Amino acid sequence: MESLIFNLFIFVLACFVGFEVISKVPTTLHTPLMSGANAISGITLIGALAIAGSSSGTAATIIGFFAIVFATINVVGGFMVTDRMLEMFKKKKGDEA
Amino acid sequence: MEDFIPNFIALAYLAAIILFILGLKRLSSPATARSGNQLASLGMLLGVIVTLLDREIIAFEYILAGIVVGSLLGAAAAKKVEMTKMPELVAVFNGFGGIASALVALGAWFRVTDTALPGADLFIMGLSVLIGAVTFTGSLVAFGKLNGFIKGNAILFPLQNALNQILLLVAIVGIGWLILQPLEVAPILLISGISLLLGVLFVIRIGGADMPVVISLLNSLSGIAASFAGFVIDNNLLIVSGALVGAAGLILTDIMCKSMNRKLTSVLFARFGGSGAAGAAG
Repeated sequence: MESLIFNLFIFVLACFVGFEVISKVPTTLHTPLMSGANAISGITLIGALAIAGSSSGTAATIIGFFAIVFATINVVGGFMVTDRMLEMFKKKKGDEA
Repeated sequence: MEDFIPNFIALAYLAAIILFILGLKRLSSPATARSGNQLASLGMLLGVIVTLLDREIIAFEYILAGIVVGSLLGAAAAKKVEMTKMPELVAVFNGFGGIASALVALGAWFRVTDTALPGADLFIMGLSVLIGAVTFTGSLVAFGKLNGFIKGNAILFPLQNALNQILLLVAIVGIGWLILQPLEVAPILLISGISLLLGVLFVIRIGGADMPVVISLLNSLSGIAASFAGFVIDNNLLIVSGALVGAAGLILTDIMCKSMNRKLTSVLFARFGGSGAAGAAG
């Protein structure tokens, strides 16, 4: 399948970008970075929208609905909690100064 | 005009990908971290909004209900959690991302009506369910260990490693069965069940002190799960973003191990003294 090969190309290239984009991370940023990256992996929400929104039968719609709920919790909660962590981080820095 | 919407969606997806890359880069430096998180969330918002313009999406009631419920639960959890409990919450969110990817692949399986579907497509579908489900239960166990619901020590029993390898093999056989009989319910059920069990067995044998590293590794896995779900529904944004998180998560896992003076292999397998046991690491 041509699209499969094409998808494999962009998968491998994106992996290389992912490897390169992160190099040195200070220890204090480990958890926020993990949390932020985790929120991005909630991108699967886009897939859940496609499953729930297209007419492929009741079972697929219900599964899609639950996928949307889980992915949205991941996305919304993930970005919000990362922001809270970084806010705390900033305050800490301010106190030390 | 007929071509405008699909092209517009594709270009918006590209913009979202750029925002994710810039966001990840900025997240790794203290001065820019907060703006990085904001850029990434903007990318996500953009991706979701333009996806809703897709002509293949016709039913909005479940979408709206799902987004409202998920947003309320996610926001409440993020706002209420105590500062010290944040790693646990990340583990739970990560597990939810994993199960969402597994469900996307499962939902796509319900669309299969044709036995002539290419084997490679079914292979990725099975793999997507496997990795998503392992991420789900693995993350929940990591949450339980950090929170004290589950004993923090490594839980070990005889032949544990052999059992994990056999289960992984059974799951792979299940994927082979799915390729041969795509319309049967049994193979996909087998893959799901074994994978959920594998996630639990994989994490219970790791001690509580190593949980941050494990959560980081599971975060990388949930990226891969999202990427494979993207293969299943043929969506570039999912493939690229998932692969980004998968690779960046792996690098972060390595950095975290180094800062703890640990080796990833010794976190995962030290107690078994075996070096040939890399199977369950995905």
